Amino acid sequence: MNYHWNWAIFRELSPDGVHTYMDTLLAGLWWTLASALAAWAMALLLGVAVGAARTLPGALPRRLASAYVELFRNIPLLVQMFLWFFVLPELLPRSAGDWLKSLPDAPFFTAVTCLGFFTSARVAVQVAAGIEALSRGQKLAATALGLTLPQTYRFVLLPLGLRIVLPPLTSEFLNIIKNSSVALTIGLMELTASARAVQEFSFQVFEAFTAATLIYVLVNLVVVALMRQIERRAALPGRV
Amino acid sequence: MFADFDFDVIARSWVYLFRVGMLFTLKLTVLAMTGGIVLGTLLALMRLSGLKGVALVAAGYVNLVRSVPLVLVIFWFYFLVPYLAAWVIGAAEPVKVGPFWSALVTFTLFEAAYYCEIMRGGIASVPRGQVWAAQALGMNYWQSMRHIVLPQAFRNMVPVLLTQTIVLFQDVSLVYVLSIPDFVGAASKVAQRDGRLVEMYLFVALVYFVLCLALSRLVQHLQRRFAVA
Repeated sequence: MNYHWNWAIFRELSPDGVHTYMDTLLAGLWWTLASALAAWAMALLLGVAVGAARTLPGALPRRLASAYVELFRNIPLLVQMFLWFFVLPELLPRSAGDWLKSLPDAPFFTAVTCLGFFTSARVAVQVAAGIEALSRGQKLAATALGLTLPQTYRFVLLPLGLRIVLPPLTSEFLNIIKNSSVALTIGLMELTASARAVQEFSFQVFEAFTAATLIYVLVNLVVVALMRQIERRAALPGRV
Repeated sequence: MFADFDFDVIARSWVYLFRVGMLFTLKLTVLAMTGGIVLGTLLALMRLSGLKGVALVAAGYVNLVRSVPLVLVIFWFYFLVPYLAAWVIGAAEPVKVGPFWSALVTFTLFEAAYYCEIMRGGIASVPRGQVWAAQALGMNYWQSMRHIVLPQAFRNMVPVLLTQTIVLFQDVSLVYVLSIPDFVGAASKVAQRDGRLVEMYLFVALVYFVLCLALSRLVQHLQRRFAVA
């Protein structure tokens, strides 16, 4: 086979004349982490709220929460990306739409919004499962102590439920890092897009993709190691 | 805000969208699912085989694939498959592989890692007594797997395997990055040609929503029927 390997390519200057190809990849990594972390914060807030709503006594909040989850789970992420980026600005009043389109870093904000909503639906399912896994006695005891429903959630059900679902939440966080690569379709220069750029300008396909793969694996390992520490400290004593 | 909606663009293009786009998406989903489950089951058997080296190779593959985004894997194989094909048939130059085959290889190998983890759980869920009983009947490893363990593992995991297939069905949309006309790619071509992004993407979202919701309801129904009491 006649593929010419050239691992020194990462030290060569990229077409901007200032940065090396390595810098291109690192900038991509920065955008990947920034969008994943921002979207994760959003997904956690929304997901905990919607997940709690799925366990409320009333039928209406349950049904609304289910509709929310089904909406974001049954449309491919790529299509959701397009809806936020291409469709939303057209549906808003003209001035608001134009403002959205002219935002600097519009792909970044769109990607965060899209990934945040997309992941929040998955977080909500896990959070609801965590709360439902608690014994009914917890809620009954809280009521017997005179806690109101919001207090019961705030002080009893959510702290316990979230500690149970920490492991599945870790894998959702790993997913959000991977899913941020879909944002390259709306022009976010995250890690995969950067690897593509290196490949297009330098023609060193396999070096560029190998480097990106290694970086993803490394990020994965670091996140897993960190989360195992947190999981170990937060694990509920007495549960398997 | 829907006043200047042009429903005509959907009326004009839906036949193309379904006959070309959706057909591609469904074909790829079904073939990659089949290949992925077969390969995934083999990987699961490797991981559980007790042979250190074999288990390590399978675990390495599964963990590597699962830590990399699908988009990157699609790009990887788009460039790698021509070299692989040349290596397989012994050609000197990279072989031109059509987008369909490239995508099929990608999705089969990628999804196999996810199906592997599901089948591993399924095999682990079969009580050990079943294996012992099979051995007591004089079956060898392959016979007991083929006739006793895998059928039960498969049955236990049907709902999860199907849920993963719904994920696969949605993930196929990512071949868009190779400008292949799957359902999303076909819609996007029409959208850009006619300048009707709003109508087309909303239509695409609606179609996916209805199909995936119906499929997941079906899975829930199966789950109740298949549940071992």
